[in-house]
Amino acid sequence: MTKLLDAPERPARTGGRGGPDNPAARQGVVRSIRNLLTSPKYGPVTVTAVLFVAIFIIGGVRYRGFLSGQVFLNLFVDNAYLIVLAVGMTFVILTGGIDLSVGAVVALSGMIAASLLQTGWSPAAVIPLILVLTSVLGLLVGLMIHIFKVQPFIATLAAMFLARGLCYVISQSSISITDATFVQLAVARIPLGGNMSITPSVIIAVLAVAIAVWVLHATRFGRTVYAIGGSEQSGLLMGLPVARTKVLVYVISGFCSGLAGVLFTFYTLSGYPLTAIGTELDAIAAVVIGGTLLTGGYGFVLGSVLGVLVLGVIQTIITFEGTLSSWWTKIFIGALLLVFIILQKVLTARRR
Amino acid sequence: MTNPTDPAAPVVEMRGISITFPGVKALDGVDFRLFPGEVHSLMGENGAGKSTLIKALTGVYGIDAGTITLGGEQVSFSGPAQAQASGISTVYQEVNLLPNLSVAENIMLGREPRRFGSVDWRAMRRRAAELLAGLNLDLDPGSLLGDHSLAVQQLIAIARAIDVQAKVLILDEPTSSLDADEVAELFRVIRSLKEQGVAILFVSHFLDQVYEICDRLTVLRNGKLVGEYLVEELLRIDLVQKMIGKELTVLDDLEQRARSVSIDESDAATFVQATKLGRRGAMHPADLPIAAGEVVGFAGLLGSGRTEFARLLGGIDRADSGELSIGGRSTRLRTPRQALSHRIAFSSENRRDEGIVGDLTVRDNIVLALQADRGWARPIPKKRQDELTQSYIQTLNIRPANPDALVRNLSGGNQQKVLLARWLAIAPRLLILDEPTRGIDIGAKAEIQKLVFNLAENGMSVLFISAELEEVLRLSHRIVVLRDRHIVADLENDGLTVDSLLALIADGSGDDPEAPDAAGGPLLAAAVPTTPATPAPAATSAPTTPSDPTTTDPTGDPR
Repeated sequence: MTKLLDAPERPARTGGRGGPDNPAARQGVVRSIRNLLTSPKYGPVTVTAVLFVAIFIIGGVRYRGFLSGQVFLNLFVDNAYLIVLAVGMTFVILTGGIDLSVGAVVALSGMIAASLLQTGWSPAAVIPLILVLTSVLGLLVGLMIHIFKVQPFIATLAAMFLARGLCYVISQSSISITDATFVQLAVARIPLGGNMSITPSVIIAVLAVAIAVWVLHATRFGRTVYAIGGSEQSGLLMGLPVARTKVLVYVISGFCSGLAGVLFTFYTLSGYPLTAIGTELDAIAAVVIGGTLLTGGYGFVLGSVLGVLVLGVIQTIITFEGTLSSWWTKIFIGALLLVFIILQKVLTARRR
Repeated sequence: MTNPTDPAAPVVEMRGISITFPGVKALDGVDFRLFPGEVHSLMGENGAGKSTLIKALTGVYGIDAGTITLGGEQVSFSGPAQAQASGISTVYQEVNLLPNLSVAENIMLGREPRRFGSVDWRAMRRRAAELLAGLNLDLDPGSLLGDHSLAVQQLIAIARAIDVQAKVLILDEPTSSLDADEVAELFRVIRSLKEQGVAILFVSHFLDQVYEICDRLTVLRNGKLVGEYLVEELLRIDLVQKMIGKELTVLDDLEQRARSVSIDESDAATFVQATKLGRRGAMHPADLPIAAGEVVGFAGLLGSGRTEFARLLGGIDRADSGELSIGGRSTRLRTPRQALSHRIAFSSENRRDEGIVGDLTVRDNIVLALQADRGWARPIPKKRQDELTQSYIQTLNIRPANPDALVRNLSGGNQQKVLLARWLAIAPRLLILDEPTRGIDIGAKAEIQKLVFNLAENGMSVLFISAELEEVLRLSHRIVVLRDRHIVADLENDGLTVDSLLALIADGSGDDPEAPDAAGGPLLAAAVPTTPATPAPAATSAPTTPSDPTTTDPTGDPR
């Protein structure tokens, strides 16, 4: 019965083409590869993975010392905060929303941390406070989107201006951090053997990724996130907690921004109102390059991590090249983003 | 109102339900009862309030007045989740599932088996596979829902609904996208659920299906209760009259005219000629001429190529072989826009996604194609728009007759009429109608059929596709039978019957007199009786539903 129904979608290849010397097994492989690539679920993320490996190998061929474990690990060290941001952004984009406030919230977190530490607060109080505050900001944004049916773009744009403005309320200029714990966390290296090491930030980022993978893949909340991206209306009619979930993804994004802000201060050891401008766009780019559809419903957290790594490896290549300005990173990222969005369109359209 | 004595207490009792939308009283003091172990049909025209009543029961809409009792206790649901938790499950007309998730998740979402807070994927797949097996569906529960056809998705929606320990199962137009075999399959499932004591509310526009499966029915008209009846005590013609509230003469009229129009006007010029037109993976190369003023009907099963071929003619999909000549000149259609410039309009079967624009008004939807044709630089004057809209609202009897109503809020039949108006507004020379009458009520159906007729008389060619063979037979001058993406027959509609068409669809050997019973046997049970409104036509067209006394009753008694 289903065979009858499905027939129109999967036309049987009738003879003539191919011929006997073409083994059927190879055709099977080709077809399954094609199916993988044109799948809206796995296609883009597969392309990203291949791309990352390719860039890494190209770098290895061109530059001496590129193909080392530490260069790879430094991608994580340098981009730990961006990974955490991308994790939060993945939740939001999976529901079909967007969060433009994350960059400003990173800056705000840094400002709060720097100014409170300056007045002698303990890091054990500062860090939780930041995470609570940014989560509450996310909650307010979520409620605004849910209750007043404000476009996520507009609501988070408002939150972005608010957060950026609050940075200047705290201080007009840079505040450096001298707190012992923060300094320690900034310089600490965790050896992995073989002359390789990572920072504590990497461990936090990896933990965040692991939890996010579990939440999205294996909890009802996570599956509801995907459901909303598929069709909010259907989710509602299926009796899923759409409203709660939609608000919660912005809380998660807010929390992740706060956490990313803390990791960023470990990295810079200061708070500065003008920092992390445009970082929200890096996060969105990473998520999209990582294979999450901007319309929601398809994508993986691990894809977003891959997206961050691709951005990171491009930056590394430009550093190794030495003669290129770092602005070339932006140009490459822009071109890549364009290619990926077109790729998503083509892949999902060809399937129909 | 008949009030059959039933020892069991109703599981659902709705009393005096009223719901008002801005400008419309959708339900006005309606009573409704549903007993355990019965299949109950809710009947009424489009806009009668069926969907609204269902949504009131499932908690999608709040009620303005009245009470809802479930199992003896008064309830008031704040949303579908709560109704579901209380044992009311619904399968909606439009498939409301998630194309981006797996089949298993679509069945189990919201009540996944869990271990230590994690979704237990293995148990979920196993449970889903069991449910699918119970429906005789051989699917991989791990496959993406979006990879399956609409009909399979519908069955998956039903699998989802019966997985809940449902006391009440609501099926809103579940059969509108199913083929005969699947309908039979669905009915088997419904009967077994009924035996388990589930109360089933079955809404369908197919009278034959209602008469086959239902025990009792409630008729609504214009948001008001007409009455509750036992199916076996109510003649079809009476039912139709109760639903429409006026004598059903449109169809008789149509039938007579259909036969009076000379089918073979040899002077009619060929407008469109397809020669070996095909597309790999969609349709084998085939020939098809369509004359001006001719109605060509496509008969075939889902996936037979009937839609695929029409899409080639409408420029929706690009043909990769063969030739198409329009008005005698060889042409290549790459986009619907090119087809439109040749005055070929294609009205999709997928009304919601490829037809109406829900968030625009009736007026905007109607003038859309015409405006696109003129180009954005030359806007249609407001006055002209109003005239156009007004005239189509009147001719097609679009309800509510409000040009500013959002199309999203219209019933399915009225949305279809708006869509028709849009294409008619550009005065096409060939109008391709893919399932224009699916899921809409008898009254609207009759109006659309009548319209097709008038259009053809005025020289427009029409390509008419419908799963309802009787409808194809009634309207078409010529019938093209498709099977497995081939055209297997191209016949003048002269002495054709549903049986002979079925034989052709089933195995192509239409000339074999034994074929209908031998090969088309299982199909006959559910496929034949698709057009409900056949009071009179049966006399001339075909003795398709042999044991139905009402179909020979020409007028019925006016009430």
